Amino acid sequence: MKKTLSMLLAGTMLVTALAGCGGNNDAAQSGGDNSAAADGTVFKLGGTGPLTGANAIYGNAAKNGAQIAVDEINAAGGDIQFELKYEDDESDAEKAVSGYNSLKDWGMQLSLGSVTSKPCEATAAKTFEDRVFALTPSASSTATTEGKDNMFQMCFIDPAQGVLAAESISAHKLATKIAIIWKNDDVYSTGIHDTFIKEAKAKGLEIVSDTTFTEASATDFNVQLNDAKSKGADLVFLPIYYQPASLILTQANAMGYAPKFFGVDGMDGILTLENFDTSLAEGLMLLTPFNADDEKNKGFVEQYVEQFGETPNQFAADAYDCVYAYKQALEAAGATPDMSAEELCGKMIEQFTSMTFDGLTGSGATWGTNGQISKDPIVVTIQNGVYVTM
Amino acid sequence: MLQKFKKYAVSRRGRDSLLCFGIVLIAYIAVQAAIAGGALSSQMKGLLVPICAYVVMAISLNLTVGILGELSLGHAGFMSVGAFAGIVATTALAETIPSAPLRLAAAMLVGGLCAAVAGVLVGVPVLRLKGDYLAIVTLAFGEIIKNIVNVIYIGMDGRGLHFSLVTQNFTLEEGGKMIISGPIGVSGVKTLSTFTSGVVLILITVFFVLNLINSRAGRAIMSVRDNKIAADSIGISVTRYKLLAFVISAAFAGMAGTLYAMNFSTVTAAKFDFNTSILILVFVVLGGLGNIWGSIIAAALLTLLPELLREVGDYRMLIYAILLIGMMLFNNSKLKRRLMEQRSLKQMEKLEQAADGKEGA
Repeated sequence: MKKTLSMLLAGTMLVTALAGCGGNNDAAQSGGDNSAAADGTVFKLGGTGPLTGANAIYGNAAKNGAQIAVDEINAAGGDIQFELKYEDDESDAEKAVSGYNSLKDWGMQLSLGSVTSKPCEATAAKTFEDRVFALTPSASSTATTEGKDNMFQMCFIDPAQGVLAAESISAHKLATKIAIIWKNDDVYSTGIHDTFIKEAKAKGLEIVSDTTFTEASATDFNVQLNDAKSKGADLVFLPIYYQPASLILTQANAMGYAPKFFGVDGMDGILTLENFDTSLAEGLMLLTPFNADDEKNKGFVEQYVEQFGETPNQFAADAYDCVYAYKQALEAAGATPDMSAEELCGKMIEQFTSMTFDGLTGSGATWGTNGQISKDPIVVTIQNGVYVTM
Repeated sequence: MLQKFKKYAVSRRGRDSLLCFGIVLIAYIAVQAAIAGGALSSQMKGLLVPICAYVVMAISLNLTVGILGELSLGHAGFMSVGAFAGIVATTALAETIPSAPLRLAAAMLVGGLCAAVAGVLVGVPVLRLKGDYLAIVTLAFGEIIKNIVNVIYIGMDGRGLHFSLVTQNFTLEEGGKMIISGPIGVSGVKTLSTFTSGVVLILITVFFVLNLINSRAGRAIMSVRDNKIAADSIGISVTRYKLLAFVISAAFAGMAGTLYAMNFSTVTAAKFDFNTSILILVFVVLGGLGNIWGSIIAAALLTLLPELLREVGDYRMLIYAILLIGMMLFNNSKLKRRLMEQRSLKQMEKLEQAADGKEGA
């Protein structure tokens, strides 16, 4: 009895203590913004992303990237001021809708969609229904924007990456026999894989091995690698995220198999992975919209490293670009913060379909009426631990 | 008349049903009033249908775990079957049944039926096992269902439905639409679920389950739980009643799955994994095994809790976990047992008084 009570009390105390912490942090962070809010001069910007759970690295990167952009814009003064709020969705559609709804209660005027594809499809249906304009930094599936006039993407759509990868492999004559290892319970990987196969056939590339894995079997790749090796593949295409890719590189090295490896934008971040021998990534080629080692991105990268202690990945850069794209569009439209989300939505659709945007993740970007972006991708090779543009 | 009602209300059976229906109806009226008065935030509004779906899931799992007494760790698998069958049904019936509530009801029936068939397929081999072994095999079946749904491709065009496994080996005509495309799941479904439809499903589930529990079949099921050998000896077919409870439980899980899926425009098989099964088991255990109204409250509360905790930001999941541990400890504590004893003593007194009153009259 006593024990239970003391446990309960201890629990309550811990809860209040932690709640105190959380509250203080929030207050400290948004202190500057609140004064602006009082003046009625801020645009309320909201997004959901996995801030906890297995995909937390993407959500937090996007949140931090957007935060830097917002801080910069607010510090510089000017007519356009932002207040940013991110809600946790654990990369789950149900939680994302709930997070979106709480952002709506908060008074969000412009949405940053969701960070990952599946949740973003769910929130996009909601933003479409509620007429809130949304620009997602990184949800890349085609279903995200399909049939919605007010949903735009900052990243490439998945099929586009498959086409681009096949094109650059054939243009640079990188390989004659290609193996693919992809994750077949993942929208992102499946989307790229399917169009890559189609495009590779059209380009006359020979695919000798096509093997899959799932979330549950993403630890051992010996079967897939042996299949590729025995069929004599000299290039392995990896349309997957960098954590499983790092295991593939390690296991290929252990079995003495050294083909060329070619990744897509999910590969970005492999050099910052803890406990990964980055020398294994030497010679790895990848498609990426963002090169942290590029001179023109130096300012952002330094700021990010200083504030969050790590090199930003493309998710951070995409989210940073989103905020600046909003700024550009709002300025051009002459929008004021007292406008409703619905009014802004109409203006933003008009602006985004007509403007050209230069950002960290590519210059001269334009959007079609379907919400998909077109910009030039960069193919980089990892040499001596840095990205070198091919 | 009043006497009769009073007696019904203090009896265990009457109290349970009154509590169940009372909670649901009062909650429904309160929520509708709040919506009408504009007092409900859009966050809460968005949670209404998932809560209804989880409540039905919890009630149906309680039938297997609480009433039948077998631990099932694959309940989300049936939810998944219901969800995807329901989506296929609504898409296929889009032109035949234009009315949205009717189409949802038809989809729920299809979802429930498909889940019941899956329940029979899973139940026949699984229910031969006992205790921990049964739990482990249900877990495996949940994963199997998830993996099968992961490789199903269903599309619809002018010529009708097309179906293939593992790879998509059909092409759709112009204007055709993929309904389920393997691991990508379902995208761009028109949502049909409403809070009212959710509440109606809860009421139907409660009505059915409570009547089952208080029927001859229900008593047979409970006798199987309490003592299998004794049940066998008096001629109760153990397999039959086990399967009956298991399949009914699966069918309601399927309907809950349809309700859940039709609330979001996108669903993947990966959503209905082991974690979801455990989540529902947590609702049932916290609400009390065999206690239907407990399941209703626990499911609603535990779905709301992490969303209400959004206020505390980064520590949200930590606090949620601590609260869960706290509740589990309380559920198992002497404090609770003492409270329960006091309550049952009071009830005994009430019953005695009621009996005395009757004699006096």
